[in-house]
Amino acid sequence: MIQIRGLTKIYNGVPVLNGIDLDIKKGERIAIIGPSGTGKSTLLRCINFLETPEQGEYILDGESIDVQKANAAQIKEMRLRTAFVFQNYALFANKTARENIAEGLITVRGEAKETAFERANEILQNIGLADKADAYPASLSGGQQQRVGIGRAMASNSELMLVDEPTSALDPEWVDEVLQLLTRVAQAHQTMLIVTHEMAFAKEIADRVLFMEGGRIVEQGPPEKIFTSPDDPRTRSFLRKVL
Amino acid sequence: MILALILASLFAIIRVVRFPVLDAATRLFISFFRGTPLLVQLFLFYYGLPQLFSFLTAIDGVTAAIVGLTLHFSAYMAESIRAAILGVDRSQWEAAKSIGMSTGQMMRRIILPQAARVAAPTLINYFIDLIKSTSLAFTLGVTELMGAAQKEAAGSFLYFETFIVVAVIYWVVVESLAFVQSKIENRLSKAVSR
Repeated sequence: MIQIRGLTKIYNGVPVLNGIDLDIKKGERIAIIGPSGTGKSTLLRCINFLETPEQGEYILDGESIDVQKANAAQIKEMRLRTAFVFQNYALFANKTARENIAEGLITVRGEAKETAFERANEILQNIGLADKADAYPASLSGGQQQRVGIGRAMASNSELMLVDEPTSALDPEWVDEVLQLLTRVAQAHQTMLIVTHEMAFAKEIADRVLFMEGGRIVEQGPPEKIFTSPDDPRTRSFLRKVL
Repeated sequence: MILALILASLFAIIRVVRFPVLDAATRLFISFFRGTPLLVQLFLFYYGLPQLFSFLTAIDGVTAAIVGLTLHFSAYMAESIRAAILGVDRSQWEAAKSIGMSTGQMMRRIILPQAARVAAPTLINYFIDLIKSTSLAFTLGVTELMGAAQKEAAGSFLYFETFIVVAVIYWVVVESLAFVQSKIENRLSKAVSR
């Protein structure tokens, strides 16, 4: 569905992504694990063009986009095909929960306000926050905010959901409700790329696990393989520390 | 007032987004209008420029005063709006971009509404200053409140009475604006109050 070729991102002369190749198949749920500062989040951000990579290519249904030459239309296309769930939720502070979910539908996808709000109401029901439809982010708990963040991503019906450490900013008491919701989303075979430090969660929902270090994909495979008998010593040493 | 606000928002966005040529032009504009006294600017517009461009002689004092005050205060307001825009959390920009909004949509729907809450108190301060600065228009021969008072006092010699009335009128106008201010601020902060 989306192929990534030779993706390279350099910050101040230091390569953070070092020629990433990745094929994402429709319906595939991919978990990315690895030590901090190894480019996991940067990879997601590059796919969404929140960062401009120095080098590389995205191939969407056979159509190639050179990341350095991408024009505004191609960037928008990538953003419409992907939906981002942020570590810090990043809900629009001046919009209610319902408006947050409906905003993209109205502004970017040109839907009528009524249909967008209807869709937002369905999603709020689905994520168990129907009673918070008119609440502003500031009055929601971290867990509720992140659920709205996931709801916003669901509303877009994007092919690929990019989920960046969805529980890292949460108080422990809210982690479960967010993981439960993401598990449900994953079970519906939403194509997703999830950066996470929750190994049990990754094991449960992922079809494929990528281990990244130093801006490279060191090893990848099904969770049973990666978590029980990884080939690479770096993967083994990382998992020893976190499991 | 409204004109100055619109102009100031435009300048602020130009500076924040850093449109290549416009940014430099805006910088120069702000530098000039903040760096020289309002009275000098008004005189320059009304008495000075028509000497260079004859078609400007047709401009009357009221228009010159409105243009001068607008430009002058838009320069100040642009800087406080710019600061407020930069104060909006980076994550708000990223979230807007990530769902595919254009820069214009992002500014209009997400960033400016949030910046407005932060900028409102200082902007209203400038409005107050602007209202009081209209008294300078009498130097361009406009018979506004101050000009009328001047004539009245000169005729009747009741200087104290006349100017205390002028002061009270300004005071009342500004106080009513301050009342509106609290309403506006309440409204703008409804998203952050629990």
